[in-house]
Amino acid sequence: MSDIFWLIPFVPALSALILAVFGTKLPKKYISYQACGAVLISFGISIISFIGLLQTPQQNYPLVKNLFTWIHAGLFKANLSLQFDPLSAVMALVVSLVGFLIHVYSVGYMAEDKGYSRYFTYLNLFTFSMLLLVMASNIVLMFVGWEGVGLCSYLLIGFWFEKHSAATAGKKAFLVNRIGDAAFLLGILFIFIHIGSGEFTAIHQAVGGGAVTQGVATLIAILLFIGATGKSAQIPLYVWLPDAMEGPTPVSALIHAATMVTAGVYMVSRLNSLYAFSAAAAEIVALVGALTAVYAATMALVQNDIKRVLAYSTISQIGYMFIGCGVGAYTAGMFHLYTHAFFKSLLFLAAGSVMHALSGELDMKKMGGLKKYLPLTYPTFLVGAIAIAGVPFFSGFFSKDAILTSAFAKGEYFIWALGIAGAVLTAFYIFRLIFLTFHGKERMKPQVKEHIHESPPVMTIPLIILAFFSFGAGYIGLPAVLGQKLNVFNQFLKLGGHEAHISMGIEWLLILISIAVAFTGIFLAYMFYILKPYVPSMMASKYPRLYKVLYNKYYVDEFYNAAFVNSTIKGSELIYNHFDLKVIDGAVNGTASSTNFSGKILSYFQSGLIKDYALVFLLGVVIFIGYLLF
Amino acid sequence: MIPISYFLILSAVLFALGMVAFFVKKDLITMFMAIEIMLNAANLAFITLAKSASSLNGQVIVFFVITVAAAEASVGLAIILLIFKQKKSVKTEDISLMKG
Repeated sequence: MSDIFWLIPFVPALSALILAVFGTKLPKKYISYQACGAVLISFGISIISFIGLLQTPQQNYPLVKNLFTWIHAGLFKANLSLQFDPLSAVMALVVSLVGFLIHVYSVGYMAEDKGYSRYFTYLNLFTFSMLLLVMASNIVLMFVGWEGVGLCSYLLIGFWFEKHSAATAGKKAFLVNRIGDAAFLLGILFIFIHIGSGEFTAIHQAVGGGAVTQGVATLIAILLFIGATGKSAQIPLYVWLPDAMEGPTPVSALIHAATMVTAGVYMVSRLNSLYAFSAAAAEIVALVGALTAVYAATMALVQNDIKRVLAYSTISQIGYMFIGCGVGAYTAGMFHLYTHAFFKSLLFLAAGSVMHALSGELDMKKMGGLKKYLPLTYPTFLVGAIAIAGVPFFSGFFSKDAILTSAFAKGEYFIWALGIAGAVLTAFYIFRLIFLTFHGKERMKPQVKEHIHESPPVMTIPLIILAFFSFGAGYIGLPAVLGQKLNVFNQFLKLGGHEAHISMGIEWLLILISIAVAFTGIFLAYMFYILKPYVPSMMASKYPRLYKVLYNKYYVDEFYNAAFVNSTIKGSELIYNHFDLKVIDGAVNGTASSTNFSGKILSYFQSGLIKDYALVFLLGVVIFIGYLLF
Repeated sequence: MIPISYFLILSAVLFALGMVAFFVKKDLITMFMAIEIMLNAANLAFITLAKSASSLNGQVIVFFVITVAAAEASVGLAIILLIFKQKKSVKTEDISLMKG
């Protein structure tokens, strides 16, 4: 039974194909059942395969299923082969479970949309690509999934393409990702040049056996990481993610919070031997992660759009995952990926439920006091917020703590300090969001207020399930201080990279610090937005420059526009005016007019009179016969 | 016995007459008849040479030519009829749709 795992990605693929071809003719109800059912089947197969994996002796890892040789050209060889090992298993389970819940939620959220079948086609296609990404046994096939999720992300961000901002956001996401993907592709090519095979096992062997030099490993690792900064929205390529919130909210939850954006973290964990081998690359990963974690959190502080706050929060949290990977604690990074998938998708879906209740309102300044109107959304949102803030006994606490402890143990005190600073900000902005949305004065427009309603069960039940996981998911990875045996997650994944050990006293101290930090952030938010609601605006007017810089997201978009986008557009215009219009159009028009001219000349021979034709014919015959005779 | 050359000369004369008629005459029906004359001149040459070489090949070809000529006559006459319906004329100078 353990070799049926290769079916996991292909069930949603089949469903996507059927929906793409017949979708518009099928009834909505059938579409919902098929789309959700396909992902549920994937989840079921994932569980069966997972159990099979547990029963397989560890020396047989990874299980590989080679379907066929896909490309074979000289040294370049890539198979269509899937693998199943603990890392893939964790990802497949998370993707299919969260994916399934979000599919179900979408049934309610998108019920009135006229692009219903198109939406589920894309969503199934995305699930297929993501599962392919995490189960590919070589980097080329992984790149196929990598591009596939990028494509689906583009399609779903621009799902309401009649809205100009959505179409632009989709384009931006696609183009920014292209930059990262170009680097990723270069990384793959270097792997083929220096290692000769894209199979992950071969890469691990080559790196472990010293077949590549430190320099080459660093080059490959950094190129691949640039790809990861694009897909996982890290500095400097994070700019697309906040704009990606133009897409439907379940899409933001699935693609831009739980799964696709964590592909970079998965990739680094998958190639952990490479990053463990190259200390420089690992240092860059950790540093970029830490800087992003703080930087994105500062921008989340002042945003008023509920989804944008969550978007910056996602960027920041993925930064934490990269800290984990960068300091060699790949399991901690993956653990945070796994818990984050639950609580962040919960937060997004709950935010979607709020929007649903308020007829699509996104601005937190026009919310407030929703607690009593949304009796199911509020507690689930609160669970997600507590989890992300790092309050003890919730999942986010365990995973964030695992990362920060590893960073400290490795001696990366600067990165640890950044992580702690980010944690304060995280607790602050998420509770700011809670207080502005659910507590305080009701600032809705009266006509909106009349229509406030709790979402239907098809939306709230996924929320409740996700809330359950947001609370409980952390208990499979308890901190080492409570006993090494308790960290089941760690023992299951067994990723490379050494995890430095520190004394129990220091570890307890670190845990206390992060608890204190979480509560500080929550308390500050409580003070600013409940006790003294006039403080934020006072601060904003007291430090107008700081506020403006934060509110305008450090003017990075403007900078990129001025530096890259506008110069590209100007350059293109220049080339268009001078090269396209003159040289290319000239050549094309020249061909046309010279053909026209010669045609005109030749048309004089076309008299239309039978006599003339017959005469020419006769002349031809005479010449021909003359040639034959003489 | 009449020598072969007589037949061949007759054939050549007929062919030349047909060709001249084709170029000189202006209405389609006459030109059509000229073509028939040329075809039959060719038939005569075939028969003559087949007889003198005592081979059946030439005679078989003649049958083919007659068949093709019959088909061509029916199609050609139909076309001429249609042209006449449209133009009320079968003069070649009136039919110059293909003039460039």
